[in-house]
Amino acid sequence: MDHDRIIAEIGAKKAVEMYRRMLEIREFEERIRYLFLEGKMPGTIHQYIGMEACAVGVCATLKGDDVIASTHRPTGHAVARGIPMKEIMAELYGRSTGCCKGKGGSMHIGDLSRGMIPAIAIVGGNLPIIMGVALAFKLRAEKRVAVSFFGDGASNEGSFHEALNMAAVYGVPALFVCENNQYGASTNIKRVLKIENIADRATAYGMRGDIADGMDVFDVYSHAKEAVNMARSGKGPTLLELKTFRLCGHSRRDPNNYMTDEEKKFWKNQDPIPRCETVLRKAKIITDAKISIQKKETEEKVAEAIEYGRQSPEPKPEDTLQDLYVSMEVSR
Amino acid sequence: MGIAESLRKAIHDEMARDERVFCIGEDIGIPGGYGGAFTVTLGLEKDFRERIIDTPISEIGIFGAACGAALMGMRPIADVQYGDFLLCCMDQVVNQIAKLRYMSGGKLTMPVVMRAPVGVTGRGAQHAQCLEPFFLPCPGIKIIAPATAYDAAGLLRAAVRDDDPVLIFEHKLLYGSKGPRAESGTLDASSEIPDEDYTVPIGKGIIRCEGSDVTIVAGLLMMHFSLRAAEMIEQEGISCEVIDPRTLWPLDMELILRSVRKTGRLVTVEESPKQGGVGAEIAAQVAELVPDYLLAPVTRIAAPNTPAPFAPVMEKYYVPQPERIRDTVRKLIEES
Repeated sequence: MDHDRIIAEIGAKKAVEMYRRMLEIREFEERIRYLFLEGKMPGTIHQYIGMEACAVGVCATLKGDDVIASTHRPTGHAVARGIPMKEIMAELYGRSTGCCKGKGGSMHIGDLSRGMIPAIAIVGGNLPIIMGVALAFKLRAEKRVAVSFFGDGASNEGSFHEALNMAAVYGVPALFVCENNQYGASTNIKRVLKIENIADRATAYGMRGDIADGMDVFDVYSHAKEAVNMARSGKGPTLLELKTFRLCGHSRRDPNNYMTDEEKKFWKNQDPIPRCETVLRKAKIITDAKISIQKKETEEKVAEAIEYGRQSPEPKPEDTLQDLYVSMEVSR
Repeated sequence: MGIAESLRKAIHDEMARDERVFCIGEDIGIPGGYGGAFTVTLGLEKDFRERIIDTPISEIGIFGAACGAALMGMRPIADVQYGDFLLCCMDQVVNQIAKLRYMSGGKLTMPVVMRAPVGVTGRGAQHAQCLEPFFLPCPGIKIIAPATAYDAAGLLRAAVRDDDPVLIFEHKLLYGSKGPRAESGTLDASSEIPDEDYTVPIGKGIIRCEGSDVTIVAGLLMMHFSLRAAEMIEQEGISCEVIDPRTLWPLDMELILRSVRKTGRLVTVEESPKQGGVGAEIAAQVAELVPDYLLAPVTRIAAPNTPAPFAPVMEKYYVPQPERIRDTVRKLIEES
């Protein structure tokens, strides 16, 4: 990975912004982890700790009118896509100021007006939808790109097969980003997949496949950029596999007992945030003092978002009956 | 004009009227092909090649594509060759298409039309199921079921123009498909179709035959069978009011209740198994809302609680026939 070339291409300002976004996701996730454990937040949560480089690296390549779709683990993608943390936090709290007015919850974060479909929490469910989004772009000859984020587990779903085949057949401007974090819940991918790389499956669809280091935000950016450029210029979809790891449980209260200490240690050493700092330091874009300031500002921003969520009004119980149909009222 | 032709005309008109409308499905626009399993889209590719999208055999892909395209402001008409195949893509229909608007807090719209042929028609159990009741407990979609060509075109136009997802069940024996795709045992459901643009409102049923002794609620093929039964029994001095609900969700309960208040008796007829059927929903609402008007127990005529059998003799036993409807109604009148 030629970091100098990538940094030169991205520019110092954007490189720091990407670092900052990763910090925001990490801080956001760390804080809500405790809010959940303390029982201060309703519902459940699937966290993105350790995978920040994936969402940030890909989303940094997108334009405002591009569209992404996420999974049951959507907070990282939402922050990376630029949905205000306040609105995400309010949604997690089930408040009417949330990005889905409290009707979505932690697994359905999103806001289409900001380029993110409310997250699809059925494993593999978003791939055909993103293929359809990209099909609409192609039918209307729009230079927009649709991006599906999904995990290694989703690559074993039938929807993966149908969506990738159709995307390749129609040559739609889509990017299928497989965040291979090695585990579908507690099941290691090696137990349920006989091949080494999920990206290899692209060949079977006549689609371009590619692999990037999902713990290096600049490597992710570089590979995603190429794929997005190809999609935007009519050269068809890509299956991009990001090798990554979640440095947290599958969902709240998951102690990861199914992971070995050795692999946890290996991946902890790949933590994308210190790795990004190293690159930025080496490129003389950021100093330790500046890093401290960034971290402090991020902490404040997340704390503000928490306060906003906590103090926002709850929906009225009868709001349950709103927002189903455009043209029809619903009764109890 | 038969239902297949009237749907074709309505789809053509809508595609000509609105560039956002497109069709997506298997075998729908292959030159030299069939125009879908029942000729509904036959020839449309000649006028709209870009917007008649032939797909692989991938129902999840088809309905996912419709969902995604609708999110981007398109107005897709997605179809399965047989209603049974909806079961291959229930996640896209029920979890995605039906729920996404609600989960978004009403911020997005999902104007998808989903077409599905139903009916027990000599093909055994997997190309036969009447899936209407599967979707009653799926808030977020509307369900229509036209029994005549006039309604088919009018309801389809209304569905395409609706900002919510609409699932349209079409009956294989009512299409009037021609050529090699013609069905044996077809009933004539043809109508005069006016040239001008018209719609049939979603959510409104219609009285097909006025009567005073008993209300029969039946859609699709069962509406036609009920009309026959009503004719047969009229000679015995029993007057049936046959209501075609046309929309199964939201049901036109106002029309049904008004009729039951008048007749005091309700018979529902459906081609799917009795348990948990559309008739059960109507019966429950009638029992809740107008119990004092009932002179006799609510009666449901339906298929048995089995899959559809193949052998013609068993199939005839399975599908409620006009004679069975007649006999059931007669008994109900005699006993009350």
